[in-house]
Amino acid sequence: MSTLKGSGPQTSDAPTPEDAFHEAAALDAREGEPPHGSGNDGPVLAADGTPLKRSLARALRAQKMRALALIAPLLIFVLLTFIAPIADMLFRSVENQIVRDTLPRTVEALADWDDTSGELPDNAVFDAAYTDIFLAAEYKIHTRLGSRLNYELTGVSSLFRKSGRGLDDIGEVYLDQLEDLDENWDEALPWAELMGTADSVAAYKAWVEAEDKARENDEDFNDPIPAFEMRDGIADVLPRTAEMYSRFAEFVRVEDEDSPFEEEPWTIVLTRLYEDLRDGDVSSYDGPRAEMLKAADELVDSPDFQTADLKSTFEEIDEDWMDLAVWRTIKTYSPAYTSGYFLNAVDMQKTPDGPALRDEDERIYGLLFKRTMFMSLVITFSCIALAYPVAYLLSTLPMRTANLLMILVLLPFWTSLLVRTSAWKVMLQQQGVINDVLVWLGLVDDAARLVMINNQLGTIIAMTHILLPFMILPMYSVMSTIPPTYVRAAKSLGATNWTAFWRVYFPQSVPGIGAGSILVFILSIGYYITPEIVGGTTGTFISNRIAYHISSSLNWGLAAALGTILLAVVLILYWAYDRIVGIDNVKLGG
Amino acid sequence: MKLTKTLLASTALTVAAAGVSAQEMSKDMTIVSWGGAYQNSQLKAYVEPYLEMHPDVSVAWDESSAEAVAKLRAMNEAGNITWDLVDVTAASAIRLCDEGLAMEIDFDDTLAEAPDGTGAEDDFGDLIVSDCFIPQIVYSTTFGYRSDMVPEGVEPPSDVCAVFDLETYPGKRALEKRPLNNMEWALYCDGVAKDEIYDVLETDEGQDRALAKLDTIKDQVVWWSAGADTPQLLADGEVFMGSTYNGRLFSVIEEQDQPVAMLWDMQVFDLDGWIVPEGLSDEALARVKDFLYFATDTQRLADQAKYISYGPARESSAPMVSQHAELGIDMAPHMPTDPANAGNTLLYNYEFWADYRDDIDAKFQSWLAQN
Repeated sequence: MSTLKGSGPQTSDAPTPEDAFHEAAALDAREGEPPHGSGNDGPVLAADGTPLKRSLARALRAQKMRALALIAPLLIFVLLTFIAPIADMLFRSVENQIVRDTLPRTVEALADWDDTSGELPDNAVFDAAYTDIFLAAEYKIHTRLGSRLNYELTGVSSLFRKSGRGLDDIGEVYLDQLEDLDENWDEALPWAELMGTADSVAAYKAWVEAEDKARENDEDFNDPIPAFEMRDGIADVLPRTAEMYSRFAEFVRVEDEDSPFEEEPWTIVLTRLYEDLRDGDVSSYDGPRAEMLKAADELVDSPDFQTADLKSTFEEIDEDWMDLAVWRTIKTYSPAYTSGYFLNAVDMQKTPDGPALRDEDERIYGLLFKRTMFMSLVITFSCIALAYPVAYLLSTLPMRTANLLMILVLLPFWTSLLVRTSAWKVMLQQQGVINDVLVWLGLVDDAARLVMINNQLGTIIAMTHILLPFMILPMYSVMSTIPPTYVRAAKSLGATNWTAFWRVYFPQSVPGIGAGSILVFILSIGYYITPEIVGGTTGTFISNRIAYHISSSLNWGLAAALGTILLAVVLILYWAYDRIVGIDNVKLGG
Repeated sequence: MKLTKTLLASTALTVAAAGVSAQEMSKDMTIVSWGGAYQNSQLKAYVEPYLEMHPDVSVAWDESSAEAVAKLRAMNEAGNITWDLVDVTAASAIRLCDEGLAMEIDFDDTLAEAPDGTGAEDDFGDLIVSDCFIPQIVYSTTFGYRSDMVPEGVEPPSDVCAVFDLETYPGKRALEKRPLNNMEWALYCDGVAKDEIYDVLETDEGQDRALAKLDTIKDQVVWWSAGADTPQLLADGEVFMGSTYNGRLFSVIEEQDQPVAMLWDMQVFDLDGWIVPEGLSDEALARVKDFLYFATDTQRLADQAKYISYGPARESSAPMVSQHAELGIDMAPHMPTDPANAGNTLLYNYEFWADYRDDIDAKFQSWLAQN
């Protein structure tokens, strides 16, 4: 029976199935000795003939399931609305797939590049970057990557934005020349004929006719455009072109909800066409638009044909592409998971030589963490100092008076947090109530009014007031269970007032202090709105920076890292508290 | 019986077909704005008139413009856009447009012409800073000061550098708790020519120089983060001068009649306007477009200036700016764009801050946190 985990009143109460379970196990263990109430040797059997142990286990399991079913609604609610979002948010502190997802080819090509060589990556990397950024710009995800990398290297944001627009220049070099040769190169349908199956092209043409007819007859025509299909053989003739064109066709269908029959291809398709014509041979091609293609091949092979140099086009877009730091940043942040946000959250950064502290004038988070801890402690202690006498008074006064006082304690609870904080602003500011009274009393010179707000003092005063009920209530509920006879007994045995209090009363009230302190400390460590309003610059907490990164700078990874650290600190402190004081000593009530 | 039903159904169909455009618009619309006097000006100038014309439509407000980019991004990730029309600053609009979270707008197709027939695109002119952004107003961040706290025998400040001149103008200052604008003013008053400010601010030395200039007044500064802070600080006499949006200062001066005066020198212009989130349903989009056509026409933008002292973004609206709806005073002299006020101005540099904000902000916040 005493093997039950935990302690408390339930052990001495009525027997539970678990007690029986343990008894059965104990009985079972006594080998040889015939168990009472049964004539056979072997395990004790229940009425239905199954071993008692098993039947008890079954009963127990059913009971556990029932208990689980009862708490299931709350459990699922908490899991879905609290734990899951928090876990998701915390996960962002290491997540870094954006680089890999947006620039897959570049990341792969950069793997071979030695970032300490002092030389720019080779043309293959530039070509991969051309494809990646071009596609990213079409999907409008390049600036998001730009802002992501801008956290690590200033200027990347505009670099990506400009490049998204500028990379069209490369393909346009080819487009312009091919268009001069044959205007069909800048038309949607000829391209579709070159790339698509004969069936799909025929279906499209039939659709166009049907639409024209409907328009002539003034009828409604809502048939969807027939689907475009890539022709099998074309990838053998023009491999790169076909690959890029099929990306384009998919994009047009999914993102634009349009059809490649009606949209001229991206400029990058022209670049790929040029490369295919340069490297391959199309003389044996006899599919649709063969003449157009062969004429283009001739043009590409002629010495007059102008080509675009990748590197110099990148340089024209922005000379930052010639800066090793840009490529180094992309390479450093290419893994799917990064410690970068956490390093950032402790004022460090990644460098080629490993993590290093940031410049002194950019360090802030260490200071803010320390300040948050320190001020939360100060607030907790001032709450203890103020709440103890109040709670004592509440617990010793007659019920009627105590109730009235209790309402006064709870009153601030029923007032909006913002209203209370703003009221402190009116009280504490230099032209505020307290200063006015002090000046009127002549205690303070009008020219030297006290500065009590927009600094640490303001935050401490306002937060102590706001969190005070969280300290008074647990203290009161513990103190009201301390029998007054103990102190009387101590006094009758010769203790002074102080000794009676300190040796007899105070130790019994410690669980209330513990509970109140944990509540107040943990609440204050994550406080946001009060420090924001009255904290100025020296009275703000780490939570204010987290909020800034969530809503203004949109650096959610850094915000998540800061939040994770804050959570870890709270858990460690809680653990330390448990080790030193013991969590069993915390009581929220009698 | 059956016949009646069929008849009824076919009538309903005919009605529906006749009123296609009206039928396909959704009945409610969620508009996101800033709250306060600004949202009120929108309500009075075009939302209420629009609702009068369309009594079956209902509008819900969400005062989330300050976090619009973050929230739209989250909505987009969750795949559930709940906003129909969002009021944001130009910098946010550019960001949203870049990320594909805002819809590109064809100005001439979607918006009303000016009364003289000028297309919307020409009418908005240079203020179209992004393909997704329909500007409504030009506002400025500028200084107001307590006229009764100017020391005796000293001219009231007319130069922005008075902010840094503690000897002539003692007293506290209210500045925004972010580097934008403050860094520019600091460099300007440290002797950097106006057209070189951003070249200097790009460099580490330039940033240090700006912070060093701000250091000279740091212990006299109250840092604000909400636009309402400075007006309150000025009204309470907590600060001698402070920066905020010019519309807020107007209401302190004219509506609340406080002894506060404007310092227009080196005001920083910025734009505020609408974006339409990407991914709206066809019905919602049709409603939003219908509303936008009305709400951004010349008269409506001019009407908005009756309630708040921000300059209408359409060129054709400027001559129609009249008097304040309740006070009856002329609004033109209170507009940031009024020639008398716009002698020396700065335009918010979107591109610069898109790049340098993270970096300079880290420095600025670290500088702030150190005593």
